[in-house]
Amino acid sequence: MLKIKDLKASIEDKEILRGINLEVKAGEVHAIMGPNGSGKSTLASVLAGREDYDVTSGEVDFMGSDLLELSAEERARIGIFLAFQYPVEIPGVTTTNFMKTALNQIREHRGLEKLDAVGFLKKMKEKMKLVEIDQSLLSRSLNEGFSGGEKKRNEIFQMAMLEPKLSILDETDSGLDIDALRIVANGVNTLKSADNATIVVTHYQRLLDHIVPDFVHVLYNGRIVKSGTKELALELEEKGYDWIKAEANLETA
Amino acid sequence: MSSDEQILEELTNKEYEHGWSVDFEADEAPFGLNEDIVRFISMKKNEPEWLLEWRLKAFQTWKGMAEPKWPNVKYPPIDYQGIKYYSAPKQKKGPESLDDIDPELIETFEKLGISLQEQKRLTGVAVDAVIDSVSVATTFKETLGELGIIFCSFSEAVKEHPELVKKYVGSVVPVNDNYFAALNSAVFSDGSFCYIPKGVRCPMELSTYFRINAANTGQFERTLIVAEEGSYVSYLEGCTAPQRDENQLHAAVVEIYAAKDAEVKYSTVQNWYPGDKNGKGGIYNFVTKRGICFGDHSKISWTQVETGSAVTWKYPSCILKGDHSTGEFYSVAVTNNMQQADTGTKMIHIGKNTKSRIVSKGISAGKSQNSYRGQVQVMKRAENARNHSQCDSLLMGNNCGAHTFPYIDIENKSAHVEHEATTSKIGEDQIFYCMQRGIDEESAVALIVNGYAKEVLNQLPMEFAVEAQKLLALTLEGSVG
Repeated sequence: MLKIKDLKASIEDKEILRGINLEVKAGEVHAIMGPNGSGKSTLASVLAGREDYDVTSGEVDFMGSDLLELSAEERARIGIFLAFQYPVEIPGVTTTNFMKTALNQIREHRGLEKLDAVGFLKKMKEKMKLVEIDQSLLSRSLNEGFSGGEKKRNEIFQMAMLEPKLSILDETDSGLDIDALRIVANGVNTLKSADNATIVVTHYQRLLDHIVPDFVHVLYNGRIVKSGTKELALELEEKGYDWIKAEANLETA
Repeated sequence: MSSDEQILEELTNKEYEHGWSVDFEADEAPFGLNEDIVRFISMKKNEPEWLLEWRLKAFQTWKGMAEPKWPNVKYPPIDYQGIKYYSAPKQKKGPESLDDIDPELIETFEKLGISLQEQKRLTGVAVDAVIDSVSVATTFKETLGELGIIFCSFSEAVKEHPELVKKYVGSVVPVNDNYFAALNSAVFSDGSFCYIPKGVRCPMELSTYFRINAANTGQFERTLIVAEEGSYVSYLEGCTAPQRDENQLHAAVVEIYAAKDAEVKYSTVQNWYPGDKNGKGGIYNFVTKRGICFGDHSKISWTQVETGSAVTWKYPSCILKGDHSTGEFYSVAVTNNMQQADTGTKMIHIGKNTKSRIVSKGISAGKSQNSYRGQVQVMKRAENARNHSQCDSLLMGNNCGAHTFPYIDIENKSAHVEHEATTSKIGEDQIFYCMQRGIDEESAVALIVNGYAKEVLNQLPMEFAVEAQKLLALTLEGSVG
């Protein structure tokens, strides 16, 4: 589904990603872990098409499309979804209205008819149940005055509505208490299928107790320095990142 | 110089010395403004003597006044002698079909979702569309007539209801109120008159749109709305379709009178030609709008969506004279490219327990300048006056400006006056968030802007609100990226 080859990206001439290689297949869950400042969020942003970053080299193939050639909205329309670490507030625009606009633009792009109010409402009700979100939250201005947990649940609700092929969760666990974490993880697990894939970007192991990854990668200094299975995450939890840093520094030295 | 030209020049100079000679048979007045021109206009319209006197008084007042320099706008000096102040209301020969109309205009119509028939009517293509609106207007008038509501052109009102016009004209905006109001009073061409009798609730939104003779009211329009005790009316001015006009200077006056327990809701969508991207052309819109809550428990509410004009100078105001009366002002003003707007309101609290609410949303894009100017005045005997003002500015890009000039003048200690102001920028974060959900950039801006202006748009009647939303998006098209 997703093939990243030697991806390098920088911001204001500072190189953040220094050659990322990663392959994600349909049905898989990949966790990307690493210490602060290792480039985890940059990778998520670059994949989603944020223009602040300059991609200096590399290739990204997504289901046959050259992802780097596409604008952010085109990427979204072919099935890439980013759950934001800091969801943005849009005053005066309800989640419902926002989702209706997004869904219909995506449908239009795919040559489908726009959903009418009845069809949209039906879909919304169905997805609300799935991610345990309340109607009242969806009628409020998008993310405005939402608690940390509400914001993240709202992200997962949007993910459910848009039914992406590849979901990238950027530090979705940050700022969540245990209950919210469980609800968010349940949502993600319910949406998982053999046709879609998930990349979970996280600093801590605890989210991975709920969303069990098939593969774990450790990002350090803009490179994936170690890959493994979920056991790697447990090892990191126990030993911290220092031993990885030491290993990596030894290699580059 | 040829001798012919010399003679011509001498003649014209000579004529100038003796004042103007006006051909009273002509269909239009010559360039310029003087007493004879005022007489000419009044005569052409078969006006009664008192109205002519009123106009002449206004003209004398105007002559002694100076154009206001305090608004935060810049424009080249206006040559008041270079304007024709009257031309016969008969239609010029209109275009034969829509093919003769500027394709850019047609494109805009289509984006706004205006029907073909309506497009023809707006561009002056003479077809059955006119017949349509005649029939609409007729049924409309019958319904209103049964309730005793008068809704007609100002000229018609002068003929049919002179006592009402005489009683109220200039009672809210006196001729000497300001430079442009004085000018309008001297030379106003036509406008609308609306009278709601005691206890009548007008069952429909009154719109100039339904008034067939509203199309040619010209550059000095005058509107008078009188709501008698316990009555209610919602009045819509303007149209969301772009208005191209040869006349650069527009100076309208709107007066509203609300008796005890009466309520008037006045909504405007203004979309005059804003000039091109470089600021060439465009309308100067210098409007005086004011309402008086004369009786106790009366209410006047102004809602405006201002997207057009090169220069806007406009402060719809409320004089809260009656005890427990309420004034409201809801405004969205959008400026793009080289547009300039200086707009806001005045709330003058005279009566006891009077309340006012101001919600102003400015949106600046391109190289435009957008100013909010508002005054809240609480007079000595206005016990327990309440005001809440909220003035928000939204900036798009780095070359535009937003300004706020609030004036608060309190003479009674029991007053509660609150003023909130915010300035924000459409963030790249917001746009990226929308785009990541599959929404293209233009739609993202439209979504964000409409969300921002929602509180005001919600005040508009439903159909108007939908068109206003599209209009906001259209005005800002191409202003990002």
